[in-house]
Amino acid sequence: MIWETVRLSLRSIRRNVLRSFLTLLGIVIGVAAVIAMLTIGSGTTEKVKADIAKLGSNLLVVRSGRPAGPGGPGGLDQVVRPLAEKDLTALVAHLTGARAISPASQKQVRVIFGTESLTSGVTGTDSAYLDARDWKLVSGRPFSDSETRSGTGVCLIGETVRQQFFGAGDPEGEIIRVNRTSCKVIGLLEPKGYTGFGQDQDNVVLMPLHAYQRRIAGNRDIDNIYIAADDRTPTSELQPRVEDILRDIRRITPDRESDFAIRDMTQIADAMASATATMTGMLGAVAGVSLLVGGIGIMNIMLVSVTERTREIGIRLAIGAHEKHILIQFLVEATVLSLLGGIIGILIGLALAGLASLTLSIPFAPSLAVILLAVGFSALIGMVFGFFPALRGARLNPIDALRHE
Amino acid sequence: MAAGAALITFDKVWKSYGQGEARVHALAGVDLAIRRGEFVAIMGPSGSGKSTAMNIIGCLDTPTAGTYSFMGIDAGRLDRNRRAMLRNLYVGFVFQGYNLLARTTAAENVELPLIYRGVAARERRDLAMQALAQVGLVGREHHTPAELSGGQQQRVAIARAIVTRPTLLVADEPTGNLDTARTHEIMELLTRLNTELGLTITMVTHEADVAEYAERTIGFLDGHVASDRMKAELA
Repeated sequence: MIWETVRLSLRSIRRNVLRSFLTLLGIVIGVAAVIAMLTIGSGTTEKVKADIAKLGSNLLVVRSGRPAGPGGPGGLDQVVRPLAEKDLTALVAHLTGARAISPASQKQVRVIFGTESLTSGVTGTDSAYLDARDWKLVSGRPFSDSETRSGTGVCLIGETVRQQFFGAGDPEGEIIRVNRTSCKVIGLLEPKGYTGFGQDQDNVVLMPLHAYQRRIAGNRDIDNIYIAADDRTPTSELQPRVEDILRDIRRITPDRESDFAIRDMTQIADAMASATATMTGMLGAVAGVSLLVGGIGIMNIMLVSVTERTREIGIRLAIGAHEKHILIQFLVEATVLSLLGGIIGILIGLALAGLASLTLSIPFAPSLAVILLAVGFSALIGMVFGFFPALRGARLNPIDALRHE
Repeated sequence: MAAGAALITFDKVWKSYGQGEARVHALAGVDLAIRRGEFVAIMGPSGSGKSTAMNIIGCLDTPTAGTYSFMGIDAGRLDRNRRAMLRNLYVGFVFQGYNLLARTTAAENVELPLIYRGVAARERRDLAMQALAQVGLVGREHHTPAELSGGQQQRVAIARAIVTRPTLLVADEPTGNLDTARTHEIMELLTRLNTELGLTITMVTHEADVAEYAERTIGFLDGHVASDRMKAELA
């Protein structure tokens, strides 16, 4: 009986191909939009999470200046006291629960090799940096302790820098010029790709902190101190310890605010992931509105269909169809119609999301739950919006319906 | 044709429409009995109440007052769905305009009442073929109404009416849209079904020569039965 009804409804949909197609369009667009939004959104969330994981997990970053709080960073009496060598030394000496502690000062600098040049992010740091940032060398070696101490002109380069200067060749032992000082390439960093914000993480040159300070920055400042927690210590526990040590060494009295900020990358990762998820949800909801519009389209066309087939309903009632048979017939028709639209919409939505993931280089993350939800929801729309027209058909008086022209 | 027990009984049946001054009585206290196996023609000018009577006979409508009993059942007091069941089990309908489903093959049209009876597809097909054979339409099973002549369409409609082996066939001007030759073919067919299957037939018509095929003619006028004659009496 139900199979008969489904066949019947498919036939009636086929009979009015153009009209059915136009009716479907609303549902198709709605479902496609929802699927595309949610799929792209969850891909973006994954990407953001992966990007932040690339920055290093369980990482605290200390920089000078006030913590960003209400009113924003900075204040009226802002005299930024930069981080210095003694802060680093104090942390290395007293901080427990850290796997790696490393200074970093950064600047965009012109790097030259032969006739080629490139503006690159140059970082002055030490050998613990790679460990703190979870970064590996593809070839070569990190800075030795003596190179770090004396500030020798050696450097590690990222994949982008290598490609610019050496193509696929081996850069080791080559001398490049960084802002008028020369330095010897001793290693190649593992490629990390772009961040979600389009920043090339491989366009970098690392050199010993002292070499950077002396030859490029011209000061003794440290911009950031990276602190990676060990496996047993959560960053939330590590953060107050870091704060205590730094307040102590920087002689900040208890009545004053810290003149440095500690950022917890894990927190940032979570915050960003939840921000993207919220965004995704909102976009999905907006797309959901178009589903509603599609549902109204279904209702409209089902009303037309019931009116148009009043005589057919009359015949069916006369020869013994019950109200429920007519109700089911039109409900099934509406449901089949919107399900069909839902399925087409899912395919188009997935195709759009696939296209987006290719062009935006985010992962393609279709979710079975979202797809099933879309199928279920479009079927539900058919039933809900098909119910009123179906009921109208089922309640017809067979005598009047048979007389209908 | 031996007269059987009363199949249809009207006991002071009224059917009224409207309120107060505008109240119109389509049927005004009709008494009527039709026995099993009878072939009855119902005649009368428009507005005489014959269509209303037919709708009540076919369990499509209910009286405003009085009792309509069908097969001993007080059909006038049944709800929509029970009347639908009664129609599906015991009544076949043939209309002036054929009322076949468009773009649906003859066989599928004939199967339709069986679907609502919950008959399995295979059996449905067999019964439909038998019914189509009875009305002389073998070989046209897969034609849609648009591919059939008026007479053939009416034959499909008759096949649809008899496929459920009903007790009563209600025909509303079954030849109204047909030419003389086709009219006689259809009337021969109905007469044969009446005699061979013992099918009770009530037929509304306004053509005297069509009414000739029936053994009894009931004339309606202003909501009353004005005449009720057996063919034998006329001869």
